[in-house]
Amino acid sequence: MIDADPTPLAEAPPLELQRAQAERLRRVWAAPTGWRYWSAVNNTQVGLWYIAVAFIFFLFAGVLALLMRIQLARPGNDFLSAELYNQTFTVHGSVMMFLFAIPIFEAIAVTLMPQMLGARDLPFPRLAAFGFWCFLIGGLFLSGAIFFDAAPRGGWFMYPPLTSRYQPGIGADIWLLGFSFIEVAAIASAVELIVGALKCRPPGMRINLIPLYVWYTMVGAVMIVFAFPPLIAGSMLLEIERAFDWPFFDATRGGDPLLWQHLFWLFGHPEVYIIFLPSIALVAMIVPTFARVPLRGYTWVVLAAIGTGFLSFGLWVHHMYTTGLPGISLGLFSAASTAVAIPTGVQFFCFIATLWAGRVKRSVPMLWVIGGLAVFVLGGLTGVMVALAPFDFQAHDTHFVVGHFHFVLIGGAIFPIIAGLYYFYPLVAGKLLSQKLGTVAFWLVFVGFNITFMPMHLSGLRGMPRRVFTYPPESGLDALNLASTIGAFILAAGIAVVLWDVVRPKKAQRVAPRDPWGAGTLEWVQEMPGEDWGIRSIPEIDSRYPLWDQPHLLRDIDEGRFYLPDAQEGLRETLVTSVIDAKPLQCLRLPGPSYLPLAAALTLGGFFIFGTFHLWALATGSLVASTGVICVWLWTGTAAKPTQATKDVGLGVVLPIDAAGPASVGWWAVFVTMLADVTAFICLVFGYFFFWTVHDDFPPSSSPGPGVLWPTVAAALLSASWLLTLLARRWNGRDRAGAFYGALGVAVLFEVAGSAALLAGPWSSGLQPTTHVYPALVWLLVGWTVLHVAVGVVMQLYCLLRRARGVLTAGHDLDLHNVVLYWHFTFFTAATTTAVIAGFPLVAR
Amino acid sequence: MTPDLPEANESLLSTVAAPAIWAAHFLLSYITAAVWCAKVAGADGSLVAVQRAISLYTVLALAAIGLIGWRAWGRHRLGDSPPPHDQDAPGGRHRFLGFAGALLSGLSALAVIFSALASLFFGSCR
Repeated sequence: MIDADPTPLAEAPPLELQRAQAERLRRVWAAPTGWRYWSAVNNTQVGLWYIAVAFIFFLFAGVLALLMRIQLARPGNDFLSAELYNQTFTVHGSVMMFLFAIPIFEAIAVTLMPQMLGARDLPFPRLAAFGFWCFLIGGLFLSGAIFFDAAPRGGWFMYPPLTSRYQPGIGADIWLLGFSFIEVAAIASAVELIVGALKCRPPGMRINLIPLYVWYTMVGAVMIVFAFPPLIAGSMLLEIERAFDWPFFDATRGGDPLLWQHLFWLFGHPEVYIIFLPSIALVAMIVPTFARVPLRGYTWVVLAAIGTGFLSFGLWVHHMYTTGLPGISLGLFSAASTAVAIPTGVQFFCFIATLWAGRVKRSVPMLWVIGGLAVFVLGGLTGVMVALAPFDFQAHDTHFVVGHFHFVLIGGAIFPIIAGLYYFYPLVAGKLLSQKLGTVAFWLVFVGFNITFMPMHLSGLRGMPRRVFTYPPESGLDALNLASTIGAFILAAGIAVVLWDVVRPKKAQRVAPRDPWGAGTLEWVQEMPGEDWGIRSIPEIDSRYPLWDQPHLLRDIDEGRFYLPDAQEGLRETLVTSVIDAKPLQCLRLPGPSYLPLAAALTLGGFFIFGTFHLWALATGSLVASTGVICVWLWTGTAAKPTQATKDVGLGVVLPIDAAGPASVGWWAVFVTMLADVTAFICLVFGYFFFWTVHDDFPPSSSPGPGVLWPTVAAALLSASWLLTLLARRWNGRDRAGAFYGALGVAVLFEVAGSAALLAGPWSSGLQPTTHVYPALVWLLVGWTVLHVAVGVVMQLYCLLRRARGVLTAGHDLDLHNVVLYWHFTFFTAATTTAVIAGFPLVAR
Repeated sequence: MTPDLPEANESLLSTVAAPAIWAAHFLLSYITAAVWCAKVAGADGSLVAVQRAISLYTVLALAAIGLIGWRAWGRHRLGDSPPPHDQDAPGGRHRFLGFAGALLSGLSALAVIFSALASLFFGSCR
């Protein structure tokens, strides 16, 4: 039995109507033209920019790698100075990780996911555009620094005290602030992807029918939400130390550089899997197409994705085996590091089983896939070697590790991404890439890669350290390094062939046929060349491979026999469905082109960039401007009052236009964002308790601490304001305007008073943040909380104004629901802060 | 026959409950050992008490994961929707979620045992 889902219209609408519908859709979804093009927010444009820019950064970082290889080609070389070499490897690693690997994942997902989900677009197109602009601005700022001899030079992991005390310049500041800015963008995109995967699937695409790419993307995006905040927290601490001399990592004043390592690797290790999972996801889409059979072990692959996602958070200390932690700690992390090989292996066996079960068609994408899997398996095996602490003690910080992680990252990410490029290129450009060039490129890259990185294992075992700009002659490293350099240029030649294949003029080339590979998944219903509307009508899905299993699917979609075949109101629309069974719930109106995301990114970027140069007035001005722009964006672009209550989306389904609370996509976005926010906060609290474990006397008995009185007053006031906010929502729902205004107004007053009380604690006892890490941490937790309360005040004032202007009403209260959700998290933050700063000293003494 | 399986009875959270227990077990073991060595026993102190604590966590975690896995397996056995559970029907979805939960429970149990084994090999905080 399939089910009793609505079936497509038995008769095609009259041709004239079809044409009129298509014309209206085309007009509504058209990308702006001329200079207004840059205000586009549609995934077909933003995704393309995103991919292109990420690839440019990839090429840039690749050129830096070649410079390093030239320097290391022979012993005692002076092609790069030690100083410039430091900048080169730092920028190479940082750009590859932050400006290529993560953005390319998000870029590919933003581009492809709507097509895979048969959605017109993801739920927050402007947020995706904002993410892109942040990425571009931050990326240019960071990469540009190397041309001014001002780039960071502390390695991609920026260990203090090297970066806090011994590298004055602005390099480290550029790294810390530039990447914090880009991480904001990454989290924004993650929010978009998670909510899109959960809520914007086509009707009938139940949880057991989701394309595997979407599963992996969801896991990767959730990992971003929990993995990036530790780095944001760590970067904040390090930047505050550099800018204001608060001694978080300064051992002479109670700080500890190891805290940075914990926070960095709590981000850094999951990061590797955030790169790997979405790339291997491309493999999971490519393999069934060329094996001509559905992927074997679908549930096992889901297990692998989720299992890896969890386990990868238990690996961070394996980067810290040599820091002197107790043996049992190393043992625990070693256990998890070897356990993660299990789910990784499971998915590989599923791919092999699929290839075995099918009749594999030779093709360029498959070539890259198989090459990638082979390379990754080797990297995985050396990974298990370095997961074992005793072996790692020997190999740590040598070129063995460099060889290992390039096998993992290039095999696990670059090969699959290039496979994906050859496979998905027709979806983006409407033309096929060259099979011949693709094959030549593959062999150049595969051979060059192995010649480059295989010898590094040996040079590492012979004792060649990482991050050192040269080596003495006759140390047994000459030939190995020369081989690596030659290999690197062969590899680069292969990448150049790929680049040429992508950019070479294709005017004369025929447009690719529709579904050129004979794939079964939904993205291939796209017309060639693609239209901006994403999909002509949103289909009812019955299968994991609808193009293989659902008869007449293409015809029914093209003739508008499914949902939303029209845009009568001239508005962009897509469907919101339920999480488990993808039942249609809402017809979501999406925003159109706008410069606001660009303006928001520019102003927010100004805050970070001016901050780097310690131009505080300009930085503050930018922050105020960005707050203003975001408020305008929210006011004009979100939660608009619907012109009609419901809409007939076709096939007899009538859906509401408006939704609030957990039924709305906005609520989910706030929820996911706040999960990230609270994770960063927990990292700061972790810092507090970390110092308790490393010091015999913490909080120091000589320090008065913030006392109990003021924090308690603050906790009482902020709790009351949280309750009043809850009441305000209830009273608004009952249309008791007076009570609503009163509750929210008093809440704002309580928050101002509560913040003052919170600040009064450390202020009244004279805690000086520069003297010791303890007062610095107390001030930090207080500052973090006050900042969140301040944002909460802005939100409440916004709601008061919205209600006064008649936009927020009893029946249309999406904004208020989201503000209440924000306040749940802020209440948690305030309660935890006061309990820690006022309560813990009582317990600890 | 296909039993009545409304969407409201399903949850993605129950699918990831087992790995969440692994995470709790892992973190708790790590924190217990770190705090014990830093605050109580000292750098050369004995780890016997920590081993006992981790054993206790392990028994509790495995019991909880076992229960979750057992229930997930029960969901997987419900109904006659054939594998690979790729039907657009409540039965397929239900069996898929049950199977995914059971597999994740298995992986989580294995990972918990890995951690517990690691703790057995260390007698001191060194």
